[in-house]
Amino acid sequence: MTYVIEGNVIKYEERNINTDLIIPARYLNKSDAHHLAAHCMEDLDPKFHEKKKELNASILVAGANFGSGSSREQAPVALKAAGIKCIIAPSYARIFFRNSINIALPLIEFSEIDELHTADKLQIDLEGGSLVNNTTGKNYSIPKMPQFLQELLAEEGLINFGKKMLHQ
Amino acid sequence: MGFTISEKILRDKAQSEEKNVVAGDFILAKVDKCLANDITAPIAIEVFKEVIQGTERGVFDPEKIILTPDHFTPNKDVDSANQCKILREFAHKFKIVHYFEQGRVGIEHCLIPEQGLVVPGDLFIGADSHTCTYGALGAFSTGVGSTDLGVAMATQLCWFKIPHTIKFIYSGKLNNWVSGKDLILYTIGKIGVDGATYKAMEFSGEVINTLSMANRLTMCNMAIEAGGKNGIIEPDRITENYLKQRNIKTYKNYVNDADAEYEDDIEIDCKEIEPQVAFPHLPENTKPISEVDAKKIEIDQVVIGSCTNGRLEDLEITAKILKDKKIHSKVRCIIIPGTQQIYLDAMEKGFIRTFLESGAIVSTPTCGPCLGGHMGILGDGEKALSTTNRNFLGRMGHINSEIYLSNPAVAAASAIKGYITSPEYFKNK
Repeated sequence: MTYVIEGNVIKYEERNINTDLIIPARYLNKSDAHHLAAHCMEDLDPKFHEKKKELNASILVAGANFGSGSSREQAPVALKAAGIKCIIAPSYARIFFRNSINIALPLIEFSEIDELHTADKLQIDLEGGSLVNNTTGKNYSIPKMPQFLQELLAEEGLINFGKKMLHQ
Repeated sequence: MGFTISEKILRDKAQSEEKNVVAGDFILAKVDKCLANDITAPIAIEVFKEVIQGTERGVFDPEKIILTPDHFTPNKDVDSANQCKILREFAHKFKIVHYFEQGRVGIEHCLIPEQGLVVPGDLFIGADSHTCTYGALGAFSTGVGSTDLGVAMATQLCWFKIPHTIKFIYSGKLNNWVSGKDLILYTIGKIGVDGATYKAMEFSGEVINTLSMANRLTMCNMAIEAGGKNGIIEPDRITENYLKQRNIKTYKNYVNDADAEYEDDIEIDCKEIEPQVAFPHLPENTKPISEVDAKKIEIDQVVIGSCTNGRLEDLEITAKILKDKKIHSKVRCIIIPGTQQIYLDAMEKGFIRTFLESGAIVSTPTCGPCLGGHMGILGDGEKALSTTNRNFLGRMGHINSEIYLSNPAVAAASAIKGYITSPEYFKNK
């Protein structure tokens, strides 16, 4: 996986954006990623896809406790399949956090989301631990992920890690 | 240095070279049981297949995997039927012992303790966020994702960050109509929906010591609604009796070390706690029933059931209130026994007759309405009072609908009156 991520921001600053909003349960009768992506964030913002396309956005900035509620992995799967390369929020619900890491969707814990706005151009270096807002010209340091989680991301997620464990 | 029950279970199950781990450390641990349902298993099965591809391997142990098609069942549409088919075919191919076909299945978190499939000391993972329920039996039990589960079905391994523990100590005596549901709603109201994120929530104190297993399961069930990784209660005589009834003798009780370190101790005086109502759209928006009554919040639907409150005790108190009464003419009251056994017991005790005579709907066990799946979807602008665990925006149906959460007694009383009210009114009737 790549450690440098560049992209434009789409921001939802609400706290507690839960997995029912990210992908409503009524769409969980099918597991296909494209189907899930099509309904991603629908109950939070019916214009999510339209806005994302207009902004050419691939970095989601959100309020604290992002991804609370259900364990449905379909939530990060839908976001990833919709073209989100990375999420930035002050904190995450724990199952959403592990699900994202497991499918190699990087999450960044960053409390100063007031500094990031919709349409800002960001450059993030996961390994170096830096975030540059090219729109405002400001630099920030971001926490490095614990070693174990870096390994999981390096393996492109838990499946490859599982394969390795099985073959050991 | 001493350890909490949660830390001790995880330390014990960690792979050998990692035994000296402490809270905050990452571990790979051997799980005792794996659970998935009709929403989460199809993805887990895909992952499992990918992991074992090119090997002769199967599941790590066909007796330790549990599959419960309980969410969109009885199959609500063609897509749901196809998802259930994936579970059925997988269960058949890999000889999964605890696959529960429709007609035997119940709401997973009611069914699994009832069937004796979780015991104290287990490290239990489930691809369902309310897997935290089984901490009531002294297991370390937590929700994971489908990829976690698929990998665990192949390898028996799952990664964890050992959580720090917050101890909740409940003292005093419970007021009338106050149940485990009210204790946990009150607690979430106090600490917030992210008040225990990544933490183990340990419930203790004199009130917990005498609390029934059904109420303990309800409390641990909602640990996730405060962001908790697990809810847990030290096994005691009540746990032992529950297991004895199921003829279970083999298990290991873990208990807290006397010098265990807690991140925080939160003392809660139960004298202050009335039946609680959580207002839309978060479980932390709690108010005591005395503040709610006067608002006369009219409701269109009442749901009594779910993995939070679908057990026999819940139906018993519901029947007590509904006996010889009628559901309000404007209210749809849906009552869902959590398992087939609970359904049978409720029938033998006459509860089902009471429900039907009152004008309530009685459904086969299903998670259906709780997550807006089926069996009770809300329309535009409708309000529901529900004994379930989440009142998120749009969760039960239309985006403009509203969900209030309560215990079964408040729900039953409100179903009769047509607005959210205290069961106190029915005390002497």
